[in-house]
Amino acid sequence: MPVARTRAVALIGLAGSVVEVEADLASQLPGLVIIGLPDAALGEARERVRSAASNAGCPLPQRRLTVNLSPASLPKHGSGFDLAIALACLAAAGMVDPASVDRMVHLGELGLDGRVRPIAGVLPAVLAASRAGHRTVMVPEANAEEAALVPGVEVIAVGSLIEAAIRHGGSFDPETAEAFRERAARERDVEADASPPPAPVAPAGDLADVTGNTDAVQALLAAAAGGHHVFLGGPPGAGKTMLASRLPGILPDLDADAALEVASLRSLAGEAPHGGLDLRPPFVAPHHTASAAAIVGGGSRGIRPGAAPRASHGVLFLDEAPEFAASVLDVLRQPLEAGVISIHRANAVATFPARFQLVLAANPCPCGQHGLKNSDCTCPPVVRRRYLARLSGPLMDRIDVHLWVPRITAQELRMAGERPSLTSAEAKRRVSAAREAAAERLRGTPWRTNAEVPGPWLRGAGGLHPGNRACVSLDRALERGTVTMRGYDRVLKVAWSLADLDGVAIPDADHVGHALALRKGMQP
Amino acid sequence: MAHNTELGRRGEALAVTHLEARGMQVIDRNWRCRLGEIDIVARDGSDTVFVEVKTRTSADFGHPFEAITPVKLARMRRLAVAWCVQSEEPVGRIRIDAVAVLAPVEAPPLVEHLEGLS
Repeated sequence: MPVARTRAVALIGLAGSVVEVEADLASQLPGLVIIGLPDAALGEARERVRSAASNAGCPLPQRRLTVNLSPASLPKHGSGFDLAIALACLAAAGMVDPASVDRMVHLGELGLDGRVRPIAGVLPAVLAASRAGHRTVMVPEANAEEAALVPGVEVIAVGSLIEAAIRHGGSFDPETAEAFRERAARERDVEADASPPPAPVAPAGDLADVTGNTDAVQALLAAAAGGHHVFLGGPPGAGKTMLASRLPGILPDLDADAALEVASLRSLAGEAPHGGLDLRPPFVAPHHTASAAAIVGGGSRGIRPGAAPRASHGVLFLDEAPEFAASVLDVLRQPLEAGVISIHRANAVATFPARFQLVLAANPCPCGQHGLKNSDCTCPPVVRRRYLARLSGPLMDRIDVHLWVPRITAQELRMAGERPSLTSAEAKRRVSAAREAAAERLRGTPWRTNAEVPGPWLRGAGGLHPGNRACVSLDRALERGTVTMRGYDRVLKVAWSLADLDGVAIPDADHVGHALALRKGMQP
Repeated sequence: MAHNTELGRRGEALAVTHLEARGMQVIDRNWRCRLGEIDIVARDGSDTVFVEVKTRTSADFGHPFEAITPVKLARMRRLAVAWCVQSEEPVGRIRIDAVAVLAPVEAPPLVEHLEGLS
């Protein structure tokens, strides 16, 4: 059979398209030509496939093989097509069963010795294949665990090209495949011996570790319950980072779809998930020297997700937020607005999900001492003013909870010892209950958390205005001009989150007052 | 060198046997001009076929066909035209073929034939 075909997956961002890999065997001088918009790494498949085939013990025929990747107009990149190309060629040469190769999607890179190597992005690729209606995929052994996370897909893991060929009915020496397996196992053992045992994953700290600062903990709970973005201000050493890192621990577990999306983004970034789906919301804390591309994602061919997409369904924490370049902070405006990030390149547009909870932390001034008792700030007033002004208005506008985290006093420390502090498990239970209450109230709308609800709907069609009596303090603030209309809506949303946490049906004056304090909570 | 020439001659002889078994008539061998040399010129029906023969004792240094590079193929085309110009007979359609002879020392030789190279 001179023409054989099989399938692979081309990824653009998180979206994959199934690509048909056709191979044609012609009675011409030996050669392997790959057409259909391959990039450099994919073009090099020519050398890899021929060497791998002959070293694995199933040499390609000494004729001309033309491999076409269709649709030919779709740009394809990376080395994940090697296995599909090699099997299509072997099928065209009649060395394996063409019908069997045709039925399957193949992913994997080939080593020159015929090994099948792991690739990045197996999870989104298998997901795309499954959505396109393919039920069987062949993946590299090292990616098998990851591929198996996709429900309803039969995963066939192979360690070498010869093993793949034998699975497709090729009559080759099974001992060669066995030798590959043994060598791979040996290498794994050596690797395991050489590298120290994997450090036990540091348990995300417990909320109970936070001493004092009960107001801040309460506000963190409200933010978690409503999905509100948070700004933490305070002097160094007050526990801002500690608080922020406790946030993922009190968020409810991810549902199956969200967890799969998070794992897909990690897979694309080259972090293979181990030990099943991780249901904990992600926590991503980029350093303040990060570039815009590091935050949103980038790359000219294989577009990889940056910190913001990887924080999807979790927390993006920017410590020392004013130290970030203004242009970097401003790229966050699109994801905060739309919940997605589109990255445009000359040949493709990649769209990543990016619905995360943003937590910013900042000192009050460059020296960090401003507003503290018994210590002097050495910053000139103009420097101090400019420092927080680096966080642009449009960005700060989207943040519902502004929190001042003071250093604790000796007295608070003594008192904290006497009272049991709130544990993460207990906080998570309360947050989950509050989220369920909000979801129940918002049933039949496109929104699920209080933070997502638009203000006009809240006051108007939604009928969720808590009533004039409860809103006296807020109305007065609006009248005096200390909150804007947009701020008014945000205070209402936080008030609902506080009410949900307390398990009451409608926010009262206390909730609204508390929410207003969280809006205006910056001290200096 | 002498060994290679000897091997080449043996390969060409095997190629001729193969072509004749396929019903082709060899009309010229080792035709030379200043452009180079054509190993075999044969007639297949009304077509004129120019054949490049490559002989190896093993595939350790690559398959014989792999030694036929695009440069070599281009020279074959120029040689074919040169042969047609000096030919007094009508040449009909022309075709370029390649024959690979794998002749291991202690095994029967293996002959492969590619027709109509492009």
